[in-house]
Amino acid sequence: MSKPLILALSKGRILKETLPLLAAAGIEPLEPLDKSRKLLFDTTLENVKLVILRAVDVPTYVQMGAADVGVAGKDVLLEHGAQGLYEPLDLDISRCRLMTAGIEGVTPGRARRRVATKFVNIARRYYSGLGIQAEVIKLYGAMELAPLMNLADEIVDIVDTGNTLRANGMAPRELIADISTRLVVNKASMTVEHARLGPLIERMGQAVEARRYSDMSS
Amino acid sequence: MTIADRWLLPDGMDEVLPPQALRMESLRRGLMDLYYRWGYDLVMPPPVEFLDSLLTGAGTDLDLQTFKLTDQLTGRLMGASADVTPQVARMDAHSLRRQGPVRLCYCAHVLRARADEHQGGRSPVQAGLELFGHAGIEADIEIVKLALASLSFAGANDVHLAIGHIGIYRALAEEARLEDDVESLIFEALERKAVSEVDALIEQYIEDVSLAAMFKQLPRLHGSVEVLERARKVFANGSPAIIEALDQLTSLQNVLSAAHDDVTLYFDLAELRGYQYHTGLVFAAYVPGYGQALVKGGRYDDTGRAFGRPRPATGCSMDLKQLATLCQRAPSHDGIWAPTDDDNGLSQRIHALRDAGERVVQQLPGQSTDALAHFCDRQLIHRDGAWQVEPLAN
Repeated sequence: MSKPLILALSKGRILKETLPLLAAAGIEPLEPLDKSRKLLFDTTLENVKLVILRAVDVPTYVQMGAADVGVAGKDVLLEHGAQGLYEPLDLDISRCRLMTAGIEGVTPGRARRRVATKFVNIARRYYSGLGIQAEVIKLYGAMELAPLMNLADEIVDIVDTGNTLRANGMAPRELIADISTRLVVNKASMTVEHARLGPLIERMGQAVEARRYSDMSS
Repeated sequence: MTIADRWLLPDGMDEVLPPQALRMESLRRGLMDLYYRWGYDLVMPPPVEFLDSLLTGAGTDLDLQTFKLTDQLTGRLMGASADVTPQVARMDAHSLRRQGPVRLCYCAHVLRARADEHQGGRSPVQAGLELFGHAGIEADIEIVKLALASLSFAGANDVHLAIGHIGIYRALAEEARLEDDVESLIFEALERKAVSEVDALIEQYIEDVSLAAMFKQLPRLHGSVEVLERARKVFANGSPAIIEALDQLTSLQNVLSAAHDDVTLYFDLAELRGYQYHTGLVFAAYVPGYGQALVKGGRYDDTGRAFGRPRPATGCSMDLKQLATLCQRAPSHDGIWAPTDDDNGLSQRIHALRDAGERVVQQLPGQSTDALAHFCDRQLIHRDGAWQVEPLAN
């Protein structure tokens, strides 16, 4: 039997929205994912396995070839660099925006700007593209707190509804990128496993289209 | 520095230990012999060169990959070779200046300033071939055949060969006369095969309907041999350069399906690897279980221009460290254990055995390890007045 095809999925909200698309492509986990402490799951499709990972680890697994296919947010891919990955499908789920934000009513000055974020690479690229000297401070959570505590002048973060920002007296400023979830494929796998991956990508693409139309009509 | 980290090697610099080192060395010898039999002359490039010649025509990627140091004699900047190909191109254009096709091969340690985990770390051993002076597909076919022969010698089975042609994208981009920044957006989306992004960009920036249609198909043209048939239809009205590129792909396919039916072919017309220097056919060979290509190659015409002699060129290279992992044969225990005894003709006997190609390990006085620890399966025993080779007594 040939080597199993490994799909690396991002934990959390993305996972919930990914599973129906995978199901449409004929891939369903053989046991409920949340009832188990396992990390590697068999599926209804023979010789296809799922691994459930922290979102930030997905590009690494796929890039190094430990997984053939992955599902990851564009934010994670941009931050990772994701060189050497194919991104053949926009799954059109978990849409949000990557933005800068700061305290409502305050305009940032010309001086060196302190930026708190978990997206350090994106932030560095973004500010240097604008010609702004930024001092990037890596944080792992609760970005909104940083400007309030005068740790940073601005933050770079994912904005969904903007409620957390408003609750803390902050407002979104500039859009850095529109974010959605992508299907990523290892380059070697695309070559070696093309016979299995081609149909998989196509069926998932059809599921994405079908979902888009049903959203429009409902 | 504490005693504990004195053994520490820099990131991505690794040592090769027995038995892997021997496997690598036999692989190197075998490959160089193979290339010799195909008429390739061995060259040995210097480990360090002036940066100007090392980075000629190679683009920014190689620049970032190159360790730099200052030459204390001239004050000029030097680089440690991160890719042997430009050095060999310089030898062909400047040092050799031969007429007609020139075939060169090499095997050298290179250094990479940035650790690229799945490219053999920062100290790969690069082996490769270059064929200068012939612009036809026949030269590319020879290189592909040798790449496949190298893999087969290294013990690979189930080889998947990905084939592309940079000329197709180049022709389309030239025809579309794109602004630099637009082209880099399209290029970047094509590289990721982000089909919907490519579609959106093309709709936004390319007005010519037939050109736009061809561009949009590019990231979709990958898969088995049927891709070439589809491509013929897509590019039916393509420029002569595109038709020429497709003809080249077809002739390669014909040769390979006749002579290498054990190799799975995969065509990818949007493969843009090495776009900065590649000009025509490109290929990469994969083996299941390896998340990266084991051999990469392609055409890179014109690199000699900077040295005063533009020449057609094609070639391929591989990382020997990685290639040697294909062979997982257990190390053979084939040695003869000889006692310390200082004569009765023992040294002549050992000498004769070694001359005949045997591996003979002679015990040193007072040593505590035995024949097995030195990977021997036989021993020399003095019996009936002569030194006999006998199996190890259990």
